[in-house]
Amino acid sequence: MTDYKQQLRAYIAENFIVSATTKLSDGDSLLDNGVVDSTGFIELMGFLETQYGIEVKDAEMIPENLDSIANIDAYLQRKLGGS
Amino acid sequence: MTFVHHFLEGHAASAPQRTAVISGGRRYTYGETAQAAARVAQALQAHGVRRGDRVAILLDNGFEAVAAIFGILRLGGVFMVINPQTKKDKLGYVLENSGAAALISAQNLQHNWQGALNETPVCQTLLVAGADRDGMLDGRSLLSLNRILETGAVTLLAPGTIDYDLASLIYTSGSTGKPKGVMLTHVNMYTAANAIASYLELRAEDRIMCALPLAFDYGLYQVLLAFKVGATVILEKSFAFPVRILELMVRERATVLPGIPTIFSMLLGLESLGEFDLTALRLITNTAMALPVNQISDLRRIFPQVRLYSMYGLTECKRVSYLPPEQLDIRPTSVGRGMPNEEIWLVDEQGQRLPHGSTGELVIRGSHVMRGYWRDPVTTAEKLKPGPLPGEVILYSGDIFRSDDEGYLYFQGRHDDLIKSRGQRVSPREIEDVLYKLAPILEAAVIGVADPLLGQAIRAFVALRPGQQCTARQILAHCREYLEDHMVPKEVTILESLPKTDSGKIRKTGLAQMQ
Repeated sequence: MTDYKQQLRAYIAENFIVSATTKLSDGDSLLDNGVVDSTGFIELMGFLETQYGIEVKDAEMIPENLDSIANIDAYLQRKLGGS
Repeated sequence: MTFVHHFLEGHAASAPQRTAVISGGRRYTYGETAQAAARVAQALQAHGVRRGDRVAILLDNGFEAVAAIFGILRLGGVFMVINPQTKKDKLGYVLENSGAAALISAQNLQHNWQGALNETPVCQTLLVAGADRDGMLDGRSLLSLNRILETGAVTLLAPGTIDYDLASLIYTSGSTGKPKGVMLTHVNMYTAANAIASYLELRAEDRIMCALPLAFDYGLYQVLLAFKVGATVILEKSFAFPVRILELMVRERATVLPGIPTIFSMLLGLESLGEFDLTALRLITNTAMALPVNQISDLRRIFPQVRLYSMYGLTECKRVSYLPPEQLDIRPTSVGRGMPNEEIWLVDEQGQRLPHGSTGELVIRGSHVMRGYWRDPVTTAEKLKPGPLPGEVILYSGDIFRSDDEGYLYFQGRHDDLIKSRGQRVSPREIEDVLYKLAPILEAAVIGVADPLLGQAIRAFVALRPGQQCTARQILAHCREYLEDHMVPKEVTILESLPKTDSGKIRKTGLAQMQ
């Protein structure tokens, strides 16, 4: 099973707020902690679609899938059948 | 008497069981909301906060923020809602400049406010959501906001507020790069809310879906308008997860949706939009800029029952104009004419009043016009100038409009170099100052370029020091460290060097064409 967390952390650190990322736990909300804003989620979804070749459907654009490193990892596992 | 907090207290007395706020999966009645506000007032008063003192609110949209706003007003204080994304340096400046007596915030934002408070003696009292107990923090009293909101009876000292007193300071971008506090009295805010509620024909049965930040006056007024008419405001912290907002609107049968073109674009981009039952929706409002024509037709097709309002305003007087929905097909690019109980006109560069059909700076006269900028008499005198009656002032907006033969307004641009993006003014200087903090950057210039969704998009042009490396991506990440999201440039272009005037200053004209 692939662990996407390191890749996601690297992407977020490069594109969003680096200083906030260092203290960010895998389960912390990206929105509540000011790491990713509403425009940022659109960019993040674009990254997931191009990097992993998935399609984020409207109904999947929810915090349970996207609002923490752990949630995105679990979402990718489900989408890519990695587990 | 025209007190802003009477919006809440009036309905709390006459209809205490009616729902005032829906937030975080919970419903709060007018009675509960007024009681929570009184508890906040009592806690602040017990810690020495008095009439006229400023109190900062750094919270995401939610019930706590509403209780804080009305609690501060109840004890005669001046509330300041600050965008919770505001970074340490700017937050420190705003707190220091306002001389805030207290700060109401949350534990998850502590990394921001604790750093900001290190440098300044202000805010001796902290009310913190998520703190489990009261205590001390670096010599300040730290109180648990959760405990305050749950604690019993209230005995308040009458503060002696009059409606001429300040109710709020709203910090907005200024051309110097430092934010300025717009001083608004109870009369100012009451007047604006009254006029807006009347032309929108809001009523007690309305349920207003507000995911605009309360630090943006357009968001703040959704709460004030709801309470003005005894309606319900549904608060969400952002449009980041649009499907969640739509589900909430369906569940709560939302009747009013305030937005801006970027938000409508995001909603219209959802393939499943048509599957949500939004038949209760009767009103969509837009501000910042005229709706793009394709959005008008798309919104009409999907929501045929909805009345669409295009509006325009500025923080210094809240709202200026609205376009009656029936005019939308006749003048789709207009932001309308003056709202009730105000007088507006265009002037030429000498300040002479211009007839309909001219182009000039918009000036505004009415009791919604601010008292000036906090501790800034020089900038105040540039914007507030003598009006027709002795002692009165009128507001020079700095916005250039064209008017048609019937006086409908069409936005043309700014008098100064401030950018208007997503409905909020942005200072190029403030962004340039941030860019210069990045070591490899030698020169920086920020401009606004026309954008169909943003009004103006922020573009940054930089030149690097010889031998230094830096990518546009890294520069954007740096900007996000210091700026709220609406101020982060949409695009960064790296050039060999920036064009200069004969005197060696960076020349911004023509920059937009450079690649």
